[in-house]
Amino acid sequence: MDKKLGVYLCCGCSIGEAVEVDALVNVAQSESKPAVCRSHSFLCGDEGLSIIRGDVGAGVNTLVIAACSPRAKTDRFTFGPLIPMERVNLREQVAWSHQAKHEDTQALAEDCLRMGIAKAAKMEPLEPVADAISRTILVVGGGVTGIGAALDAANAGFDVVLVEKEAQIGGFMAGMKKTFPARAPFTEASAGGITAKIQAFNSHPRIKVFRSTRIAKTEGQPGMFDVTLEVNRDVTLEGGETTTTHRVGSIVMATGWKPYDASKLTALGYGLPNVVTNVELEKMAAKGIIVRPSDRKPVKRVLFIQCAGSREKEHLAYCSSVCCMSTLKQAEYLREQDHDAEVYIVYRDIVTPGPYESYYQKIQDHPLTFFMKGKVTNVNKGPDNSLLVSFDSELLGGPMQVAVDLVVLATGMVPNSADGPAIRALRDAHAKALRNESATQLDEAQKTIAQLQHHDSTEILNLTYRQGPDLPVLSDGFPDSKFICFPYESMRTGIYAAGALRAPMDSVLAEEDAAGAVMKAIQSIELATQGQAVHPRSGDLSFPSFFLQRCTQCKRCTEECPFGALDEDAKGTPKFNPYRCRRCGICMGSCPERIVSFKNYSVDMIASMVKAIEVPDEFSEKQRILVFACENDAYPALDMAGDVTNNVTDKARRHYDPSVRIIPLRCLGSMNIVWIADALSRGIDGVLLLGCKFGDDYQCHFIRGSELANRRLDNVKETLQRLQLESERIQLVQVGIDEYRRLPQIIDEFAGRIREIGPNPYKGL
Amino acid sequence: MPDTDVINNRQTPILVIGGGIAGLTAAIELAEAGRHVILIEKSAYLGGRVAASNLYFPKLCPPSCGLEINFKRLRTNPRVTVLTLAELEKLTGASGDYEATIKIAPRYVTDACTLCGACQDACPAEIADEFNFGLTRTKAIHTRRPAAFPAAYVVNRFACPTGCNACADACTYDAIKLDQVETHRTYRVFSVVVATGWAPYDAAKLDNLGFGKCANVVTNVVMERLASTEGPTGGKILRPSDGKPPKSVAFVQCAGSRDRKHLPYCSTVCCSASLKQTTYVRKSCPEANVTIFYIDLRTAGHLQEFADKVCADDAIELVKGKVGKIEEDPQTKALRVTVEDTISGKKTTRNFDLVVLAAGIVPRTANLPPSLSLDEFGFVASNASVGIFSAGCVKRPAEVSATVRDATGAALKALQVAVGVTQHG
Repeated sequence: MDKKLGVYLCCGCSIGEAVEVDALVNVAQSESKPAVCRSHSFLCGDEGLSIIRGDVGAGVNTLVIAACSPRAKTDRFTFGPLIPMERVNLREQVAWSHQAKHEDTQALAEDCLRMGIAKAAKMEPLEPVADAISRTILVVGGGVTGIGAALDAANAGFDVVLVEKEAQIGGFMAGMKKTFPARAPFTEASAGGITAKIQAFNSHPRIKVFRSTRIAKTEGQPGMFDVTLEVNRDVTLEGGETTTTHRVGSIVMATGWKPYDASKLTALGYGLPNVVTNVELEKMAAKGIIVRPSDRKPVKRVLFIQCAGSREKEHLAYCSSVCCMSTLKQAEYLREQDHDAEVYIVYRDIVTPGPYESYYQKIQDHPLTFFMKGKVTNVNKGPDNSLLVSFDSELLGGPMQVAVDLVVLATGMVPNSADGPAIRALRDAHAKALRNESATQLDEAQKTIAQLQHHDSTEILNLTYRQGPDLPVLSDGFPDSKFICFPYESMRTGIYAAGALRAPMDSVLAEEDAAGAVMKAIQSIELATQGQAVHPRSGDLSFPSFFLQRCTQCKRCTEECPFGALDEDAKGTPKFNPYRCRRCGICMGSCPERIVSFKNYSVDMIASMVKAIEVPDEFSEKQRILVFACENDAYPALDMAGDVTNNVTDKARRHYDPSVRIIPLRCLGSMNIVWIADALSRGIDGVLLLGCKFGDDYQCHFIRGSELANRRLDNVKETLQRLQLESERIQLVQVGIDEYRRLPQIIDEFAGRIREIGPNPYKGL
Repeated sequence: MPDTDVINNRQTPILVIGGGIAGLTAAIELAEAGRHVILIEKSAYLGGRVAASNLYFPKLCPPSCGLEINFKRLRTNPRVTVLTLAELEKLTGASGDYEATIKIAPRYVTDACTLCGACQDACPAEIADEFNFGLTRTKAIHTRRPAAFPAAYVVNRFACPTGCNACADACTYDAIKLDQVETHRTYRVFSVVVATGWAPYDAAKLDNLGFGKCANVVTNVVMERLASTEGPTGGKILRPSDGKPPKSVAFVQCAGSRDRKHLPYCSTVCCSASLKQTTYVRKSCPEANVTIFYIDLRTAGHLQEFADKVCADDAIELVKGKVGKIEEDPQTKALRVTVEDTISGKKTTRNFDLVVLAAGIVPRTANLPPSLSLDEFGFVASNASVGIFSAGCVKRPAEVSATVRDATGAALKALQVAVGVTQHG
């Protein structure tokens, strides 16, 4: 395609008062010879836009819009995926942030324009990929969440394949006597369980269910997962087969929970004859009358121990959310079977959020139900099959002992998950041990195996992903997102966890959670159909392409992709799965051979932007600083800094150093260190990287982009040493989007330090 | 963008009422699943209560981070029509075929606005900034910083001096139309998501707790503004009476909640919110001690780990007890807090420089479709048979991530109605 570049400069919103726009037009015309270069006093107005559209109609096919931030007037400056467009931010990051009519501000504006033109010159139009996308959703798990998800997907017009490992569907709910109050006035536990749901499920024409079945293999990517199901040996499918393969578009994982292993709670008496868990009590209640297991005698005095294994660092650090309500419900069972039974509940905090408070008040109102804030110290056998429970009562300020017939441990919820990356690491270690290359390697591999052995054969999805067969999980096993605003964010595109697998929750919330996960699963299918990315770059049509002839099989990209988009062949060559991709560019940043490019974002494009910066010679005393800013947080924060400055009277106080040249990156993780080497070898004095916070409470929208960028800086240090440059010339700062008032100071401090270090000796070489 | 119509008649929208995090989420999720959406918001800007919050628990990350992504998703998605200053006036019809009439109050500023700020500089009329609970001043023509959606100013016409045209004269872009009038628009919609959110319980009704009478008794929602860099104190926690950093701060939990005389339910979020605000105090005033008076500390799920982390600080004391009375020392404006310690059973009195009332969540249910009924607490459950689904705090008290989860699910239910119509209707 012949490039016909149109460059448009806006003079409005004080751009015209801050810089000489005519001089900018000259820069564009003399240096880049665009087909068209125009300035306008109100480019986003109807007239301005119709001029641009007219030029596009006359053959201009690439646009540079030098006006406000790309975050402003987005809907106005929209010309479709076939017209590459680069926005040059002359308003928020030039006119509003720097001294008007100053030569440094002018130089900054000129460089911004040069950078934008340099990038646009290499950008290509985007055409969506188009493949046959499956509109079937796989639901893994047939408990309350899975059944809800299957019905929700089917009722939204999607076909469903549901896999349940047990012979029956219904999960825990099917074995319960009653469930928590589900509707106002929230004082009555509901009977009936999920029978009605199961009926609707069984008769739905869109739902196909496989019981006693496991997933042998999940290959492919969103829109085209090929799932191989394997039925237990004692069951056979039509025609005597034991495996079937299904193509599905997305997956809802609803494998639920298991009770915390009570054998770890011997300190609370588990193992003694009349100590049971809440799950065991529920089974007893569902069958009929609650009795003392040792002698089948009716129970008169029962004590519940709350947080049995929950809220304890050595057991489960989290609160299991449902145990208080479960105990209240079971206290009511006891009350129903014996009006005069004494029920003791030893608790730390009664957690009955929202309307459940009404249920708590109802149970609390009974005179023979005793709520005792305290901590159980021991449970011992007493006379006549009784149990003696000692606890520190906070209410009475000292130790107390109660003799009871039955002790119930309110044990918590543990997710039925598999840790994909850990399983992968275990497999790698086994392979390494087999290779037996050196004594140290063998030793190391064996240590890993010992550490990760408990992950052996825990696979659920059996994904054929290079990064492991299941979703990554948090340290406590929940495959939950760490995003408050985006709880369904998944590190495996098209696969969404729901219900008690994702976080401890009751059945009411689990059904709602299933609906949310189905929404995301549907969305993933709809967006894949259009070749578009899912959140956070929703709508993006660009894809990375890999120039494999130059690949050295270093595996960095396949290891670093947070979404497992890249598999490997036997040699280690990356195999790209476009529908798994989130378009963050982390692979592009990771590649030492620079073989990863998007049509509108590439190593070459950013390198060209760096090269477009005019670096004054060493005698001018003008330094130049390159800033790579994360497009999601740091870059908006820079805009906000400009906006704040534009709206105060003492603007000068908030102006920041005009020697900075800011380049937005899709994610700081897409930063390729070659750009830093390029910048330094061209005489740029310092490079500042602005990325999201990383660590446990990471804020990076691509999970670990900023952290990876930080790791890559170790390699940059080698470059610096080779060039004999000070390591302080490169700095990564973690900034939140709300730190916009601090950004001018961060920039000025960095610029000041670079000034102290002195000019880069490579200027002019 | 090519918009492949998989099912006929996809253009009919779904109505989402409320532009807070719940409504915003429902609208965007529907649009990204290929549906058209009318999103109406009563105020001039989207973002609701989260936009007024300083940080989210438990990550202590800024709400503007997620709003930025969501606003970007909105800006680049042509399927959502956002109407601000808009309320549902009438809803007729039935599930799958509703006619919704929307009343839109004049903004007096068109989408030609560039947020350049010239109008605000020219405006002679100062008003109290409601966004900061009247603790700061703004102009009659104003916007919301740092990020406003829609990116346009708004005029409070009641504050304009008679005949004043200063803002319109200052606008280079002809974006200010002071003669705009109220308009009404009617849309055919498949289904409705109600996400009208919540309001804090009116702390003045808790007459024993001194709100409105004692200068240094504030609510948790005001605390969010005090902690914000755009708030009245630039992010410093200072005593309203004298602008000095407090040395002792008390949080009074269940201020209105779990109280049959006020809100019989638990507002769910206040425990975690107070723990979060404790970190504001400790960061802004490292000298200050914090006491949290509570009945039960309700930090379900992973919030427990947040509570453990915050409470590991020696300067924080948890006292199980119900605050019965708060009085002000007329000279020092210090607060005498009388507490019944449920553990010792004794009534004790302690002095604090600042008291924060953890006010509960009250659902906002004005102007809802008549086919919805309120439960005895005033919350609204979804009604699938009429194709109207509630989401977020209008349904039950919930923290942000639970609200987003719920709104995503409600979006699915609303979508099912649309699918039902297009496949069978």
